[in-house]
Amino acid sequence: MHIQLRYFAGLREALGLSTEQIALSATATCVQDVLAALRLRGGIWAEALADGKAVRVAVDQRMADLDSPVRPGAEVAFFPPVTGG
Amino acid sequence: MPVRVQSEDFDLSTELARLRAGHPDAGATVAFVGTVREMNEGGKVSLMELEHYPGMTEAALEDIVAQARRRWELIDVLVVHRGCEQIVLAAVAARHRGAAFAACEFVMDYLKTRAPFWKKESTGQGARWVDARASDETALARWSAAAPDPALPVSCRP
Repeated sequence: MHIQLRYFAGLREALGLSTEQIALSATATCVQDVLAALRLRGGIWAEALADGKAVRVAVDQRMADLDSPVRPGAEVAFFPPVTGG
Repeated sequence: MPVRVQSEDFDLSTELARLRAGHPDAGATVAFVGTVREMNEGGKVSLMELEHYPGMTEAALEDIVAQARRRWELIDVLVVHRGCEQIVLAAVAARHRGAAFAACEFVMDYLKTRAPFWKKESTGQGARWVDARASDETALARWSAAAPDPALPVSCRP
């Protein structure tokens, strides 16, 4: 399935990318699976998205977590904890 | 429009007059204005940049306002967020002050932890992304102790 990815703030700068479309295997169902696919790229991807890093996620523009479902065509965004206000 | 993300500055008196307009029963208005701290984490802050997630940010703010309106009897709520000097305005009009005070604090606690904004400040040592504070999560937790949030993400795994 294809999904749209977006990155914001410090994570966007670290990865050098703000948006991309990727193809995932049909077995991918959750945010956790998306993260695993991105970490497999190695380098800065494995480092910036490593377990224990403060990375937040939104699916279709709603705050989500590792177990949140990801459907074909979804927009999945990764970013640091928010600091507005 | 109860929520706005904008670059232009706002005038507090104008915003509050507009919020109360047509509501003679609004006996209490509480407004919070957040401003850039000149000194932060040991450095003098010269410039603040703000990044947000167009679409999601507005939706998150509208959701926060809707949650506040479900919890308290409010007449009107306004949230304005921008990037510098006066960064944020949260204003609540209600019949009585108790609801107005509580709802304004609730809106700010949710905004600080759930609305997708990221601040970047420039100091003499260069630019840096502002780190999130654990105390903001603690502030938010007070509200869920009273009534659990029904809008938690749906899990796809048991």
